[in-house]
Amino acid sequence: MLTYLIRRVLYAVPIALGVTLLVFTLLHLAPGDPVNAVAGPDAPAEVVEQLRRAYGFDRPLPMQYLLFLWRILGGDLGVSVATGRPVAGELAQAFSNTLVLALGAALVGFVAGVALGGVAGRHKGTAIDHLATVVSLIGVSVPHYWLGMVMVIVLAVEANLLPAMGMGSGGLELLRHAVLPVLTMAVIPTGIVARSVRAAVGETLEREFVQALRAKGLGRGAVLRHVVRNVSPTIVAVLGLQLGYLLGGSILIETVFSWPGTGFLLNEAIFKRDLPVLQGIILMLALFFVLLNLLVDVAQAALDPRMRRA
Amino acid sequence: MPETPLLSVRGLTVDFATPRGTARAVAGIDFHLDRGEVLCLLGESGSGKSVTLRALMRLLPQARTRIGGRVTIEGADLYALPERKVEDLRGKTVSMVFQEPMLALDPVYTIGAQIAETIIRHEKVDRAEADRRALELLEKVQIPSARQRLDAYPHEMSGGMRQRAMIALALSCNPAVLLADEPTTALDATVQMQVLLLLRRLQAETGMSVIMVTHDIGVAAETADRVAVMYAGRIVEQGTAAQVLKTPRHPYAAGLFASTVHAGWKGRRLDAIPGAPPDLTALPPGCAFAPRCSRRRTGCSEAQPPITRFADGREVVCIEALAAT
Ligand SMILES: Nc1ncnc2c1ncn2[C@@H]1O[C@H](COP(=O)(O)OP(=O)(O)OP(=O)(O)O)[C@@H](O)[C@H]1O
Ligand SMILES: [Mg+2]
Repeated sequence: MLTYLIRRVLYAVPIALGVTLLVFTLLHLAPGDPVNAVAGPDAPAEVVEQLRRAYGFDRPLPMQYLLFLWRILGGDLGVSVATGRPVAGELAQAFSNTLVLALGAALVGFVAGVALGGVAGRHKGTAIDHLATVVSLIGVSVPHYWLGMVMVIVLAVEANLLPAMGMGSGGLELLRHAVLPVLTMAVIPTGIVARSVRAAVGETLEREFVQALRAKGLGRGAVLRHVVRNVSPTIVAVLGLQLGYLLGGSILIETVFSWPGTGFLLNEAIFKRDLPVLQGIILMLALFFVLLNLLVDVAQAALDPRMRRA
Repeated sequence: MPETPLLSVRGLTVDFATPRGTARAVAGIDFHLDRGEVLCLLGESGSGKSVTLRALMRLLPQARTRIGGRVTIEGADLYALPERKVEDLRGKTVSMVFQEPMLALDPVYTIGAQIAETIIRHEKVDRAEADRRALELLEKVQIPSARQRLDAYPHEMSGGMRQRAMIALALSCNPAVLLADEPTTALDATVQMQVLLLLRRLQAETGMSVIMVTHDIGVAAETADRVAVMYAGRIVEQGTAAQVLKTPRHPYAAGLFASTVHAGWKGRRLDAIPGAPPDLTALPPGCAFAPRCSRRRTGCSEAQPPITRFADGREVVCIEALAAT
């Protein structure tokens, strides 16, 4: 297990480097001079030239890439064109805000999805199964921003139970503000987790070793424990993937609920052509995906000995 | 009072609900198993051998299965017991060795944990004692460097090792009856022999009874005290291994192995008779083997022939045998 862990971590390093290279190239492939983009179209020629030297754009490309890497490692992602503040700080703030929603939604999706899928898989082919399947199917099919708006109208506007805008001022207020966006965001992960768990549980129950477990005298509970252990790597993989999507933040949901997260920031950066911010978001999300994949792989290997060889 | 047999089966039937109708996989069989006895079930694919074994542990899926007749184990009526009592029986009084250990062992638990779990389930011992017993069992089934193997996962072992581990698991609570469903079919020829010899040795040492399903007449000749030949869910002939294998009386059994000399049996499989077994959802009237039988006569397809019991104890289900008595 330890050798697997070391190998897997080492394996992540070149991938992360590849990601930085990709983001770097993206900047240079984008139409127009990156400096023009930063300085704006009306900047005088000498200012542009000055910027060019300041950013190191006058040096050869490989050199520029190393410089870029060096700055990233120091946590320097440049300065936002729109606000003039360091990108790193803006990103950290937005990302932590999105993290609240993403973790909340992943938790809800995990609990509700495993419950729905587990019951459906355990009673495959019965009315309970059909009901659970329909519920999870609705989950993945309903547009969630629409659902978000419906919830806002019903729970926030009509019943006046929960706030629908912004993040509140921390503590309990933050929790109250998070309820609606978290529930809205949890709908899709719930449906997807439920479907995967149903399939995995149903398939596992039909495997021969379940018969063999019964043949050695185990009762329902003990057999169920084995099934859960066998299904858990699948759940971890699905949940990891969903968490990855959630961390990207949802432009739609964060806009509907005025939640200042990464989706919100991304939306602004696109409209304001704020290239440094855009680059920073892409870089950070990509690196986060790499990290998440690493965590999922390690967790899977811990749960399933057969995966430690790969 | 005559001694009650360890296991007795009377008129056992198993019907499966299938999309094409009810399939009668076991069509009324009678046999018994004494203490220390080895019974081999022989028969073509689909003749109901595995279903019979599973019925003996009440393992068949309840929702889609209807069971008739009576199975008694150590005097207890298996199908009248509450589920909880049946669970106590499984793995302790009756246990099973599956055909494909790779599929029958849980892939994410170590061999040691799976054996210890069984022991803890049935006996009041702690984990340390169960682990010690597990080690003893692996040594008993001759797994080399047994101590390391306790911590191995099924996929880390060879096929032969896995089957030995499966046997160790099945023997972990000293069962009175061991059911082995083609325990060597999934193995290489050389390993097959080793595992069979191991089973025979363990049987002699422990004095347990064994019901072994096999396709291999050589295996039956070498291990069985008694042999039962199945066709389309019925036992068509049963008796001592010597009687049935050397001078089979039922035309189906005769077709399988009458002409073969003992030395030629090793590894020979049961596929010698032309034709295919009947559709279990629409069994023909009378003897199910009649359409393929070379000794068919009038009356064969009219009514199911009764069991003919010969003076030497052999039982044959054929009107020819009936006429001979
Ligand atoms: N759960 C089930 N549902 C429906 N039919 C079944 C089920 N299990 C077995 N059968 C049918 O019962 C018949 C007997 O099957 P069984 O597995 O006992 O044969 P077998 O003698 O063990 O054959 P083999 O030598 O191939 O293992 C087959 O026709 C099979 O299709
Ligand atoms: Mg079988």
